[in-house]
Amino acid sequence: MPRPIRVLVAKPGLDGHDRGAKVIARALRDAGMEVIYTGLRQTPEMIVNAALQEDVEVIGLSILSGAHRAIVPRVLALLREKDMADVKVVVGGIIPDEDAAELKRQGVAEVFQPGASLAAIAEFIRTAAGRPAAA
Amino acid sequence: MKVAEGPFTTLSGVPVEPLYGPEHLADFDGARDLGAPGEFPYTRGIHRTMYRGKLWTMRQFSGFATPEETNRRYHYLLEQGQTGLSVAFDLPTLMGYDADHALAEGEVGKCGAGVSSLEDMEILFRGIPLADVTVSMTINSPASILWAMYLAVAEQQGVPFERLSGTLQNDILKEYIAQKEYIFPPRQSMRLVTDTIEFGARRVPRFNPVSISGYHIREAGSTAVQELAFTLRDGIEYVEWALGRGLAIDEFAPRLSFFFNAHNDFFEEIAKYRAARRLWAHITRDRFGARDERSMKLRFHAQTAGCSLTWQQPYNNVVRTSIQAMAAVLGGAQSLHTNSLDEAYALPGEQAVTLALRTQQVIAHETGVVNTPDPLGGSYFVERLTLDEEAGARDYIRRIDEMGGMIPAIEKGYPQGEIANASYQYQRAVESQEKVVVGVNRYQSEDQPIELLQIDESAGRHQAAKLAALRKRRDNGAVRGSLDALRRSAEGTENTMPYILDAVRAYATLGEICDALRDVFGTYQEATRI
Repeated sequence: MPRPIRVLVAKPGLDGHDRGAKVIARALRDAGMEVIYTGLRQTPEMIVNAALQEDVEVIGLSILSGAHRAIVPRVLALLREKDMADVKVVVGGIIPDEDAAELKRQGVAEVFQPGASLAAIAEFIRTAAGRPAAA
Repeated sequence: MKVAEGPFTTLSGVPVEPLYGPEHLADFDGARDLGAPGEFPYTRGIHRTMYRGKLWTMRQFSGFATPEETNRRYHYLLEQGQTGLSVAFDLPTLMGYDADHALAEGEVGKCGAGVSSLEDMEILFRGIPLADVTVSMTINSPASILWAMYLAVAEQQGVPFERLSGTLQNDILKEYIAQKEYIFPPRQSMRLVTDTIEFGARRVPRFNPVSISGYHIREAGSTAVQELAFTLRDGIEYVEWALGRGLAIDEFAPRLSFFFNAHNDFFEEIAKYRAARRLWAHITRDRFGARDERSMKLRFHAQTAGCSLTWQQPYNNVVRTSIQAMAAVLGGAQSLHTNSLDEAYALPGEQAVTLALRTQQVIAHETGVVNTPDPLGGSYFVERLTLDEEAGARDYIRRIDEMGGMIPAIEKGYPQGEIANASYQYQRAVESQEKVVVGVNRYQSEDQPIELLQIDESAGRHQAAKLAALRKRRDNGAVRGSLDALRRSAEGTENTMPYILDAVRAYATLGEICDALRDVFGTYQEATRI
């Protein structure tokens, strides 16, 4: 049996609204993944360091404040700097369509907007980590 | 589709019977549990004539980008017939950082107006006579600092503190519980809140120094009963701290106000407001010995549920908001914010916020619901729900009392855990389609694009440039002196408000004042739990 997928759920920026991050963390854990939740107000540096130490395959960033345009590119750049570009980054939160397209162009694997289903998010992460659910 | 599908529960998951009749109210005593409007226990409302005597205040929460742009929006809203102002600050302001701080990067002006100094507050209220308009400010950890800035603007306008009326949110407990915008540890934060309650009681008697808020608890995913219970238990905590300061209950309790969510489940929400009034009347009278009726009357602001707004099919949000606003009015709210249809995406644009304000005006002037107080009083169903929500809240309050109060409960993660469980259960019910969300998990269709308010990075640059100029222009010796005096007062037991006022008048910035308090109080980090 392959080892479980390890996911870091991170909450960058000053925003304290953690309802979504916590729901996703629980849903991914219930889907059989190992989930590490960073807690609030993490800088991109803290997030990438945690990803390195925890040896995760996927980072999920939850951002609801509109600061994604400043924060997400820095996380991606730091991952490249540390030779961790194979870590998949997914973003959830209030991300307008045009910003979502731009973030994906920069290397984000997927952006989940409000209303995305928990099952779809879990399935995307399994596929991105190379372990899709058995048919 | 011919019939509704079960299970038949409220939005909070409480089972609902097929029919309600007198047999469901065996434990109900109209004289004891209802009384008349304006009379103890105020279940039917805090005024005898309710909205015939005074409509609720239509108060749209508003703030974005710079103080200059927000000031223009305030003038617009007042011209449109809005009757009070409600200030939204951006995240750096809420977290006590100046606009030029590294952690403010990308955040300035995004979630509200950026205010870093008295200069920004002067701009925010330019041309608005503070003697004539009531102003509510959504600010928590650094509330005393922003309030001091507001008071200093009033001084400049020649308005005595005694004439000012408005509301500070200043409810730090719900930050630890739900919204998580805290800076200092809980006990130090409570000392600051108590300083404002005391200062208000003595110097600014018409201002509500705290708005005890369930709104954010509900937005974090709580049930209606949890919202009710945790909010009132927070209220008890503020009362105990103020009593501990040596104030008498009737000196400050009349100025405690409340803030609740108006969510989708119409009757559950109406019952919640009614139960809140009854509970608070008993708490203030029976637990704290209040004698002044004004101490026993729970006054509340309501805001429609932001978390109920959908990204999909955003025009549906107008309908949701109307129904939620109607529940708040039938529940006897004193003031109301109606969300705009675009708020699942962004801060509201001018057209959207106008429609939201018009929604309130239609309810007030066209529907007839203002004609008589508590029109649903006596309904078997509503009275049953009111009794049950009251009992559920009493049970939670007792449990938190047994833990030694709200601060130990918060440190244990108790309310946070209860809310996280409720929120996860709700999300699973949506996922399984047990709960239907129109446009999201049923009746999906292509979204119509809507026009959105865009806030770019120029607000951040503008705010930072203003700050740089201010730091050069002001008397920096006076700033240092005022901050040293504040530090000393914070180390002791004196009320910090006069020292904060002095620092603000010297144009010390929000970040500098918060740093002085951080030096003395330290900062708080919650234990991370999933």
